[in-house]
Amino acid sequence: MSYAFIALYAVLTVAFGILPALYALYLAFTDAEGGFAGVGNFTKVVGDFRFMPAVGHVALYLAIWLVALVVLVTLLAIVVHAVAVRWVSSTLRLIFYLPGALAGASSVLLWLFVLDPAAGPIGGLLHLLGFDSFVEVIVPANLPPIFAVIAFWTGAGGWIVIMYGALNNISADVIEAARMDGAGRIQIAWRIQLPLLRKWISYMGIMSLAAGTQLFVEPQLLSQASNAIVPNDYSLNQLAYQYAFQQNDFNGAAAISLLLLAIALALSAVFVLRGGLFEKD
Amino acid sequence: MPTTRAGRPAGVTGRSGRAIGTAVVAIFVLFFLIPMAWLLLATTKSARGLTVGSPFTPGTLGDLGRNWEQLFAFQDGAVTLWVGNSALYAAGALVITVIASIPAGYAMALTRFRFRRLLLVITLIVMLIPNTALVLPIFLELNSVGLIGSPLSVILPMSFFPFGVYLTYIYFSTSIPRDLLSAARIDGCTELQVFTRVALPLAAPIVALVAFFSFVQSWNNFFLPFVMLPSSDGYPIQVGLTSLLASTPAFNPSSAGSESVQLPTLALATVISVLPVLIVFLFSQRFLVAGMTAGGTKE
Repeated sequence: MSYAFIALYAVLTVAFGILPALYALYLAFTDAEGGFAGVGNFTKVVGDFRFMPAVGHVALYLAIWLVALVVLVTLLAIVVHAVAVRWVSSTLRLIFYLPGALAGASSVLLWLFVLDPAAGPIGGLLHLLGFDSFVEVIVPANLPPIFAVIAFWTGAGGWIVIMYGALNNISADVIEAARMDGAGRIQIAWRIQLPLLRKWISYMGIMSLAAGTQLFVEPQLLSQASNAIVPNDYSLNQLAYQYAFQQNDFNGAAAISLLLLAIALALSAVFVLRGGLFEKD
Repeated sequence: MPTTRAGRPAGVTGRSGRAIGTAVVAIFVLFFLIPMAWLLLATTKSARGLTVGSPFTPGTLGDLGRNWEQLFAFQDGAVTLWVGNSALYAAGALVITVIASIPAGYAMALTRFRFRRLLLVITLIVMLIPNTALVLPIFLELNSVGLIGSPLSVILPMSFFPFGVYLTYIYFSTSIPRDLLSAARIDGCTELQVFTRVALPLAAPIVALVAFFSFVQSWNNFFLPFVMLPSSDGYPIQVGLTSLLASTPAFNPSSAGSESVQLPTLALATVISVLPVLIVFLFSQRFLVAGMTAGGTKE
């Protein structure tokens, strides 16, 4: 009877979880005619002149984003948690959290507006910084921080709320005892709250690292909006997309997808199998 | 931010710390609010008003109406079609997700069967990988069986929602006592009746939670429909936005023509594309947060 309950989910898991991964594995090790290709597809994509630049772009974006996320989310969660007036605290969390509703293309579009010196809300600031047109703002050197800002704006609020919840779980007695012993706010944050947040911070870091390697919609839309000033093979996922849709090279596309999937799976598996945060049984 | 408690005077560090804290919060409130506030105001302006006026003065309802008309006239009402597609895909995926996840989470939490642990570990691992990671592999798979371009090519992959199963699993394993189910069995209920008459009536909150998450994720999904649906007729609004963007001369100068889209119209499209999710977010913050933290509440 149990099998009847799980049947539909099991079918979906096989069809859209396991089979695609296995099929990508098959494609990645075969050639267009279906013959065994060894690691040929991998050497081909890694040797592609666009591959290493894409790795560099994604890596730089990740470095900026992850540091900003870890430092600022932790800081904001602790500061908002220190707000004693209840409605102020909950309003702040809502403000931080709402941009999360704008995911994907919508948030990128919104930031295209924001970064347009001619029409956007911070046109004055952009002019002050020496940017007079949209094209000047989105020069390649600026893209990693721009993508980091977009990702932070959309995703930070959810994490702030999670960290806030974790801070609420710290017993008031512990904080009160520390205060009695003469600990100041900063000492309490540093010595008590931060160590207790550590597992949430590492969870956030690992999940964001996995998600960040998948960078696609931001450079894709920007490439379209900038008349290809931003190349359409800026990120690894875009390169995989180019392989599949421009070059009709499904084996190459599968090889890149598999590399990205392997990174995501490894990060996720480490987390699940090491245990601690998630309940397996 | 009052920090003094029980009559203890705040020291100098307390006061300056508070000032720094307030400043940090103020800066980030502006950072998170300004883009959204500006976007809403931009929909009420004319293209000219957007570039010449101050960014934070409201426009007029008349201009909002004109932007609305321009948006829905775009390509003979393509926007209406796209919003309809989004609704169809998100609703279809929601229904299948709920039908698949609730019984599965129940069975994994409260019954024993072979491969249960394996299924649980797979669920956890897939739940934690970004959903974009499987998009191209799923495309390659569906392409080989010729399913590309049909609504099912987005609805079915969206319906595979391990996070929903995990939430259900946690809910049933923590909030329904096994004894209750045993009692029902002793009273002569079949396994199916135990589920439909005992477990399901208690599961309303988790059904709603799974439905919400599934809806938000499907509505906002970009990469999957972008890859699966080659024809503009099948676009959901998230992908349709790229067509609008491509027709906006302010960003894409080569697109100036009869079908060109003005900036305020594009802003209105952005607002419409997020409206359903924004409403869900506004009214169910507590709910959504409970779901986001459900995985990790166990120390």
